[in-house]
Amino acid sequence: MSSGTAPRIATSPSPRPEPDEMRAMFSSMWLIRRFEERAAEEYMRGRIGGFLHLAIGEEAAVVGAISALRPTDPITSTYREHGHALARGSDPGRVMAELFGRSTGICGGRGGSMHLMDAERHFYGGYGIVGGSVPLGVGLAFASSYRGDGAVSLTMFGDGAANQGVLAESLNMAELWRLPVIFLLLNNQYGMGTSVERHSADEDLYKRAEGYGMPARKVDGMDVLAVRAAVAEAARMAREEGQPSMIELLAYRYRGHSMSDPDTVRAADEKERWQARDPIVMFERVLLGEGVMTGEEIAAERARIEAVVEDAAAFAEQSPEVPVQELARDVYANPWSDDPRGSAIMPPGPAAPAGGGA
Amino acid sequence: MSTTAPAKGQGGGSAPPRKAISYREALTQAMREEMERDERVFVMGEDVGRFEGAFKVTRGLLREFGERRVVDTPISEAGFVGIGIGAAMSGLRPIVELMTVNFSIVAMDQIVNNASKVRYMFGGQVACPVVLRMPGGAGHQLAAQHSHSLDAWYAHVPGLKVAAPATPYDAKGLLKTAIRDDDPVVFLESEGLYAKKGPVGGPDDLVPFGRAAVRRSGRDCTVIAHSRMVWVALAAADALAREGVECEVIDPRTFRPLDLETLAGSVRRTSRAVIVDEGWPECGIAANLATHLYEACFDWLDAPIARVTSADVPMPYAKNLEQAALPAPADVAAAVRRVIGRRPGGAA
Ligand SMILES: Cc1ncc(C[n+]2csc(CCOP(=O)(O)OP(=O)(O)O)c2C)c(N)n1
Ligand SMILES: [Mg+2]
Repeated sequence: MSSGTAPRIATSPSPRPEPDEMRAMFSSMWLIRRFEERAAEEYMRGRIGGFLHLAIGEEAAVVGAISALRPTDPITSTYREHGHALARGSDPGRVMAELFGRSTGICGGRGGSMHLMDAERHFYGGYGIVGGSVPLGVGLAFASSYRGDGAVSLTMFGDGAANQGVLAESLNMAELWRLPVIFLLLNNQYGMGTSVERHSADEDLYKRAEGYGMPARKVDGMDVLAVRAAVAEAARMAREEGQPSMIELLAYRYRGHSMSDPDTVRAADEKERWQARDPIVMFERVLLGEGVMTGEEIAAERARIEAVVEDAAAFAEQSPEVPVQELARDVYANPWSDDPRGSAIMPPGPAAPAGGGA
Repeated sequence: MSTTAPAKGQGGGSAPPRKAISYREALTQAMREEMERDERVFVMGEDVGRFEGAFKVTRGLLREFGERRVVDTPISEAGFVGIGIGAAMSGLRPIVELMTVNFSIVAMDQIVNNASKVRYMFGGQVACPVVLRMPGGAGHQLAAQHSHSLDAWYAHVPGLKVAAPATPYDAKGLLKTAIRDDDPVVFLESEGLYAKKGPVGGPDDLVPFGRAAVRRSGRDCTVIAHSRMVWVALAAADALAREGVECEVIDPRTFRPLDLETLAGSVRRTSRAVIVDEGWPECGIAANLATHLYEACFDWLDAPIARVTSADVPMPYAKNLEQAALPAPADVAAAVRRVIGRRPGGAA
């Protein structure tokens, strides 16, 4: 399909999660939307540096996928990963503080927007090299299978990343070794300024997994319930049968690639077509239509999240800078040098025991 | 001597001064002129066409030369760098743009195992005239995976040529030389210099490889720096001049080939050297140059050579940490004072 049209994927109505879970999914999606919008404002104000990639428009993909997993299932992602941390329950204040580069940040200000991680919550990180995190996700699955702990690894990457050789290598080994991993390909139609039909010989990206004998499918990534159902089924296969799989989610990022992309390549009517199927608006319709939430409840929840985001920004702003003396902290588990700038030089110490031979 | 004056050894001669353009535009100009001159030259890389490059260095080229010669690639660095190398072996002259140095790591196998070796390994039967352009360096809070200076990695490899311009003039002149060169050239651009303005040469003003530029003359201490660090060194030299210390700032411009004669000649005159490099200290550019200078000038040195490099850590995101990790003019000035045995502002 060409990049302009909205996805036409035959879907039977997705199974409905419990009402509590549906409400939690709504909160999560709205939190991501508002957090991202706030991050954009803070970037414009100069409080956030570096690259800032927003996931506005991709909330259904993130929340649908993560809500289908157990909290102990490991997740890996890209530089567009604020939502992953939030959907996993990371503290929005600490996530915002990381974007601000403060000491209270979720990675102590070392990582920034592109490199969030919350190991305690089994969110194994956002990575900046396109495709580079995919084998890590397979490795987390390898470890689960090795230990027999029943966890399923989910690794999320973009349509652009699908063209990295490392994906082919990862798919092959995952299938060859029957590893419990879900390859979640978020096809937002573009890798930076290049649309899928200009970067991929076959636009049905999920078919690449089929080449390795792996089950794969394409799903409407704007429909949070469809995403959740697909990922739940993939997780079941991985957990019960050791069967890896790939899901291609068709979605759209509303903003440019990053804050520094003026977004001139994509046509305005294309954006409008996709925004007409806004994942949050569509999900609200389901919630209202099926009586899961009333209009007042939705408004109240939005107001609550407004305060959460406000508090997160205030927390970040009031947090102290990272002490410069900590520049070389965490380069090694057991650093041998106390040089504040790091050093390869081993300080003098007791003579090492003589080796064998002479 | 003013720090913005064109360096010695930069063509031009008595030609009228040209209007200042940015380092970015200087690179674009070099590519455009060489593409006009030689049909075998083409540009390939991620988003180099319609998007006009992540840093807009290929602006206008697609419009001018069309899709045959300005080729947008998928995000497949190992693949398209290898394709560039293969095309070069067949006689074309590809300019392959890596969006940044950091992503060239994905293509390292092609660069090191193929590009650098095909001429030698096959007994001189083929050439590999590919240019691998890649911007690098830190300073924009891009954190650990997007802030590399890998100059030393490439300079390590026999079979590659390595150039790293610091000025618009050199950006243009060195890139033209790279494109016309019959060997693979790793062309290291600096993200922090793209907006820097200065004069450039005309269509036939090439800057030769293996010829250092003296950016500022002085008798007290030689300061060697390349790429963005030239400007850091010049800022330090200005500050030191106010204390009565005259630095000679020298930019090697290329590491393969390396103009050791100019570097050593200066150190023999000043008897002191500070080497500035944005890369890491271990096995780095500064370490390598220091070794060459110890070998070439040991008897002339009055003090140990000092190195000013980035901290020996992956690059942190937080602005204050990143600034602390990177070489700054104050660090260079402190190193110069150290090697000449002066306290800040005081006498020897
Ligand atoms: C190996 C590598 N090459 C290039 C880049 C520069 N880059 C960053 S994101 C990106 C586009 C990736 O597109 P996609 O995988 O579709 O993810 P999206 O940004 O759409 O979420 C590119 C080219 C990079 N970070 N890593
Ligand atoms: Mg994409």
